[in-house]
Amino acid sequence: MKTILNEQQLAIIIRRLSHQVLENNIDLDNTVFIGIQPRGIFVSDQMIQVIRQLVSPEKVQYGKLDITFYRDDVRNQIHVPNQTDIPFSIENKNVVLIDDVLYTGRTIRAAMDALLDFGRPAKVELCVLIDRRFSRQLPIQPDYTGRSIDSIVSQKVKVFWKERDGKEEVVLL
Amino acid sequence: MQLSVKHLLGIRDLSRQDIQIILDTATQFKEVLQRPIKKVPSLRDVTIVNLFFENSTRTRISFELAEKRLSADSINFTASASSVSKGETLLDTVNNILSMKVDMVVMRHSASGAPHFLAKHIPAAIVNAGDGINEHPTQGLLDAFSMREKLGRLEGLKVAIIGDIMHSRVAMSNIYLLKKMGAEVMVAGPPTLIPKYIQEAFDIRVEYNLKKALQWCDVANVLRIQLERQNQVLFSSLREYSLAYGINKQILDSLDKKIVIMHPGPINRGVELDSDAADSAQSIILNQVENGVAVRMAVLYLLSGGREMTN
Repeated sequence: MKTILNEQQLAIIIRRLSHQVLENNIDLDNTVFIGIQPRGIFVSDQMIQVIRQLVSPEKVQYGKLDITFYRDDVRNQIHVPNQTDIPFSIENKNVVLIDDVLYTGRTIRAAMDALLDFGRPAKVELCVLIDRRFSRQLPIQPDYTGRSIDSIVSQKVKVFWKERDGKEEVVLL
Repeated sequence: MQLSVKHLLGIRDLSRQDIQIILDTATQFKEVLQRPIKKVPSLRDVTIVNLFFENSTRTRISFELAEKRLSADSINFTASASSVSKGETLLDTVNNILSMKVDMVVMRHSASGAPHFLAKHIPAAIVNAGDGINEHPTQGLLDAFSMREKLGRLEGLKVAIIGDIMHSRVAMSNIYLLKKMGAEVMVAGPPTLIPKYIQEAFDIRVEYNLKKALQWCDVANVLRIQLERQNQVLFSSLREYSLAYGINKQILDSLDKKIVIMHPGPINRGVELDSDAADSAQSIILNQVENGVAVRMAVLYLLSGGREMTN
């Protein structure tokens, strides 16, 4: 087990990602943030907290998206869904999708399909905490990356969160 | 997390956890149904046949809609317009349909146990949409879903099932489900319509007085008086039934609390339920119908995967 990010690094990266996303999307009337269930929302919750401190908090539109019903592996395993909560229109908005680990790209493919069922966004961007580069199975790349890492298939990236696991850390198993 | 069963034949075979998974999944499907595009691609490689050997409007439409919202291919079959009227057996009929590559079967049949029989002989997943006087599991699930949605819980809830308990598969599924989820159950109606040993068999209350039943419960699930059974002399006339067991605004207002009114439909207005009660703010009858689609989507979704489809 190897630590990729400790608690302090994680906090700094979340802060940086929040600033970067905001820098490119300063027009908050036309920007919405969507965290991907179940694990991406730990990243998005923290980012939204930072963003709400930087701009007028009531203008930040934030939703959660579950992609269970859009997965391409339903025939192998049935997953029980999580909550989807997008209480605003995404029509013609810039959507920033937020997830924790980008690996094969299949989750993001499903997320984009799910998103399009809510409307036609002007633009979709992807923000991830960890990018496992060179392991993509689909042509998907992030716009904002916390940390890029090289890993092999047999390895696993695990992100721990204080609220859930009692500690904040990213490790390579 | 997966269901412990391969078919939905009855609530009787489900565990408490199965019921919990189905209701939680249905909550998410209900959200899908509020979206601009009320459709997900989960079952786009699945073909489902709706076999209705008995008449149905609500249940069939609800299943059909659930299948379409899941992107499944569906075909409909009604017994009256088929080879069944030429004397084909149930198994032959179903095997013929399955040889055309069908993955799941939704079946309603007037014989209790018909889906259980099929489950033993065919490889496809079977969803019971009502069999004789045995069970109507998706109705039980959608009733529970609606109660949970309205009142926030099932545990400890007091539910009175009122009417023709003897011939009601809805009552059976409700009793099994509510008992498993920790609710208190009472059945109420004329003694001729309540099976004799039901109290001992299910550990539930029995009440013959409507007012007392309503006073006790949080939710009244009112069953349809099956007009076709009127000639069996189980009660003397519809008018008399209505006088003794009909629920109207007057009796609801005379209670010292607001109870929730449910009905699986179709309502005989003026018999078991008066319009002023059926259309009141206390009634969640139309919510039940709405929730039916989400619950059936959950059942079909959860039974569709995790194993090889017929091919």
